[in-house]
Amino acid sequence: MIALAALTIVVLTGLAYVASGRQASALGAQAGVELHSRPTYHGLYAALVTGLVGFGVLIVATIGTRAVLDSQLRSALPEEAQTYTVLKQDRLISDAKAKGDGSIVSRPLDNDYRVARDALAETYVGYKRTREWGVAGLSVLLGLIALVLSYRRVSPQHRARNASEGIIRGTLFVSAGIAILTTIGILFSLIGETLKFFSGVPIYKFLFGTHWSPLSGVFEGQINPSTVGAIPLFAGTFMITIIAMLVAVPIGLMAAIYLSDYASKRVRSIAKPLLEILAGIPTVVYGFFAAITVAPVIRRTGEAMGLSVASESALAAGVVMGIMIIPFISSLSDDVINAVPQSLRDGSYGIGATKAETITKVVLPAALPGIVSAVLLGVSRAVGETMIVVMAAGQGANLTWNPLEAVTTVTVQIVALITGDAEAETAAGPAFALGFTLLCITLVLNMIALRVVQKYRLQYE
Amino acid sequence: MNMHQSPEMTPENASGRTSVHKTDDAKRRLKKRYAFETRFKFFGIFAIALAATALFWLLSTVVGKSLGAFHETYITLPVELAAEKIDAKGNRDPKDIRAGNFSGAIKASLRQAFPYITKRRDKLKLYKMVSNGAELSLRERVMRDPSIIGTTQTVRLLASDDVDLYMKGYEGSLEARDVSGVATPLGTTGKVRIIVESNSFSSILARVKDELRDKAQRFRDQARREARGIRVFQRRIDTLPSDADPALRTDYEGRITAYENRRQSLIESAQALEKKANTPGGTEQVSSALPSFFLAINGGVVKITRVSPDAVEGQTLVPLSSDAPAADGSWQLLVNPQSEAGRRIRDAQTTWVEELRKAGAIDTTFNTRFFTAADSREAETAGIWSSAAGSFWTMLVTFFLSFPIGVAAAIYLEQFAPKNRITDFIEVNINNLAAVPSIVFGLLGLAVVIEFLGNDVFGRDLRSTALAGGIVLALMSLPTIIIASRAAIKAVPPSIKEAALGVGASNVQAVFHHVLPLAMPGILTGTIIAMAQALGETAPLLMIGMVAFITEVPGSPMDNASVLPVQIFRWSDFPERAFEMRTAAAILLLLGFLVIMNAIAVLLRKRFERRW
Repeated sequence: MIALAALTIVVLTGLAYVASGRQASALGAQAGVELHSRPTYHGLYAALVTGLVGFGVLIVATIGTRAVLDSQLRSALPEEAQTYTVLKQDRLISDAKAKGDGSIVSRPLDNDYRVARDALAETYVGYKRTREWGVAGLSVLLGLIALVLSYRRVSPQHRARNASEGIIRGTLFVSAGIAILTTIGILFSLIGETLKFFSGVPIYKFLFGTHWSPLSGVFEGQINPSTVGAIPLFAGTFMITIIAMLVAVPIGLMAAIYLSDYASKRVRSIAKPLLEILAGIPTVVYGFFAAITVAPVIRRTGEAMGLSVASESALAAGVVMGIMIIPFISSLSDDVINAVPQSLRDGSYGIGATKAETITKVVLPAALPGIVSAVLLGVSRAVGETMIVVMAAGQGANLTWNPLEAVTTVTVQIVALITGDAEAETAAGPAFALGFTLLCITLVLNMIALRVVQKYRLQYE
Repeated sequence: MNMHQSPEMTPENASGRTSVHKTDDAKRRLKKRYAFETRFKFFGIFAIALAATALFWLLSTVVGKSLGAFHETYITLPVELAAEKIDAKGNRDPKDIRAGNFSGAIKASLRQAFPYITKRRDKLKLYKMVSNGAELSLRERVMRDPSIIGTTQTVRLLASDDVDLYMKGYEGSLEARDVSGVATPLGTTGKVRIIVESNSFSSILARVKDELRDKAQRFRDQARREARGIRVFQRRIDTLPSDADPALRTDYEGRITAYENRRQSLIESAQALEKKANTPGGTEQVSSALPSFFLAINGGVVKITRVSPDAVEGQTLVPLSSDAPAADGSWQLLVNPQSEAGRRIRDAQTTWVEELRKAGAIDTTFNTRFFTAADSREAETAGIWSSAAGSFWTMLVTFFLSFPIGVAAAIYLEQFAPKNRITDFIEVNINNLAAVPSIVFGLLGLAVVIEFLGNDVFGRDLRSTALAGGIVLALMSLPTIIIASRAAIKAVPPSIKEAALGVGASNVQAVFHHVLPLAMPGILTGTIIAMAQALGETAPLLMIGMVAFITEVPGSPMDNASVLPVQIFRWSDFPERAFEMRTAAAILLLLGFLVIMNAIAVLLRKRFERRW
């Protein structure tokens, strides 16, 4: 039904374009009449108005009537269901919807429930039909009215080009605003759930507690505040990030230095794409690599040296994450090293410094703010990285400083909570709180990185 | 001229003087500096070499692991499609045929091929050599052509993944060992003993004894650990203060005794094993941790379970034709170097596979199923087509949302936006969004997108569909596309726009007719790169529930779908080796798509990008 309405609106839009365009052409062909806008703009204007009105009404009505449908369904609960608890009523409503939609329905709790459900399902089907017809009819009707009105506006004086350009500008502005909407969406969805979570759990217990097993102490949907201490997760994330940076920073930085100051053109033309390939590999592939290849190698090596290594050691995940971040560090550092003016290097060579001395004593200090910001961005990348740690790091919250043991990270726990078997309502709280913390950490890191560059950048010329 | 006369300035004199660069100290310093130079340069080369090694290691891992996934094994057997089993009512109703007992028919044909397998346990092993997929494809074949009911058809039955791996050599293969002399089997079925004239089996016995020695060594290591416990508690007793609770002392002493007893018994076991290992000859058990030994004699195969230098005892897996003595050279000792404990396929099954191989009834062919089938719980029938299609639909949604919106936003910000605080705010926002971890977009999707698409957009649950995934990925790739598009639009010289404005075009006309077409190659390049990123993205899709097990190929963005990277993640979780290979093969395919997309982007850039 809705698809049919959408199709009709598309047809109406096309019709508006053709009809108004033709009308304008016909007007323009009359002797002595001078059109302000060319006929295509009249067509475009009518099409834009019709399409926007039709689809706008379709989308707004679809979303708007959903809430109405839900509240109506709740008020239409059968007699016997009025005494149910809210949770049971919710279940009844969703079961009735499922039955009405003809999808898979869970087994009814008892016979009364079945009767109530079937009655409600029938009501729901009725509402649903009304709603579908209503939304489809309304959008097509208003589209049609828009078509007629815009058609009637075709006249030599009508400034169709200016009007349609105005609509286009408006669309462009709205598109740019979607970025803001996304941010608002992220903030609202995270903050909403997070606040709900912190209404039951004191914030200091979350930030400073050392025991993490959020779903073990759930009682009647309430989370036990003493089991949501996120310190082990922060420590695990910190350790894996440190290992990753210990791998990525020296290799990435030295690669960037070599490529910008030593390498011949040929070496550069081979090595740069190579690093770009490393950057383009999806993280799930790195995760596979870490779990299947690197972790066993580290474990065997460790055992050969007489160390006990967990099969999901922090070291394996960290090293592979480091490999992932190498191209990130190297390309950002490459940019800032290249931005150091040649005159500084020439000056240094002029007083007899070797190339290595020039780089370490002149170029690197000059490029330091940029390099620091590159490293910070790399850290923010590592903190937010998910798939490698989900596949190669552990699940158990383990507070340890030994990189050969299994640790867990913030992102791993978010995935575990959301994709796990727990009630979605219960698991969402800690997951969103962790997500919000993660967002804050990465945003702060990014802002510091930006500030470092802005504040300490040496201005040349 | 006068200056040149001055003695200090002549070159000879300058070199004759003691220069700062000529002292031993200076030379040493210079040497050090040059050494640092060399070292520094070497570090740079080393760093690049390390990165290259990592890349090579990763790619070779993926390619190496994926090789096994591109072939599959079939067992070809005559299957009797008995009418009473498949269509008991005899009216050829498709519904009845669908419910027919095809697995019974396949099992019967297996029993026919191996008439000597009579024990229930062995039969189960036999049935497990054929995949469930064989039953499904046989059913389909009969559904297509019901006229073959009642006839006997030659059917290519898909082998199970264990058999498949063995055929490809991943579970060891049988190697013949040198043996000599006349071998006399005592019996033809069940447990048999085979006596040989020479000491042909001493090599097996030596292996068994080596293993006994290893085991003894493990016992001795264990005993050493117990001794450490004794020392620890002895020290505690020694350092016990004089006024300590006497109960504590007795407790410690009791523990020491327990440790001592365990140590003694371990050492005794070790000694017993060593004695066994060091006495020549004797009869020993062949454990499943050792390579598997078989004897092929008189047309039968015996799995060796006990061995002495000149005789073996074992279970017949293929019955012998007679118990006549077999002449020198007419019998064989076969070894599978991989122990039975270290692989999934059983010894009996490997023997039967070899029998099938001898009869020409088993072969491996190119695995087209992997590319055309949907996901499955069984490795041998699992394919990537469903997730590839899911990826396609998801990317389609992502492209049609993020490309127009992204380009429109870029045009606005670059060409129309007034310089004010709102514009600045939007800009900062987009840059920040580009740095938000992908998992947070997943949480956004979970909270917002699912809320709008969940349960009842006109009665359709769109939660784990390509549509939901596409929307989330579109939001994620928007910042990338906007930033790339802005750069491309900025690169178009203002003179072009000004010329258009000069001949009377409106601002919108100038942008859409002149600036945008020239910026398009750059915009498309950026979009393709953003799409490639989105194609490899996993975490946000996990968040919104696209981890479902999808056995049907999605036909539209409104169907439940999985995507390639999520499929990779799911398969990598399965312990079976066959799934590991398929995971690697799926990765190879994903990387292939990414390479193609990036190649297109590079080509676009090379072909159309203009430097002004």
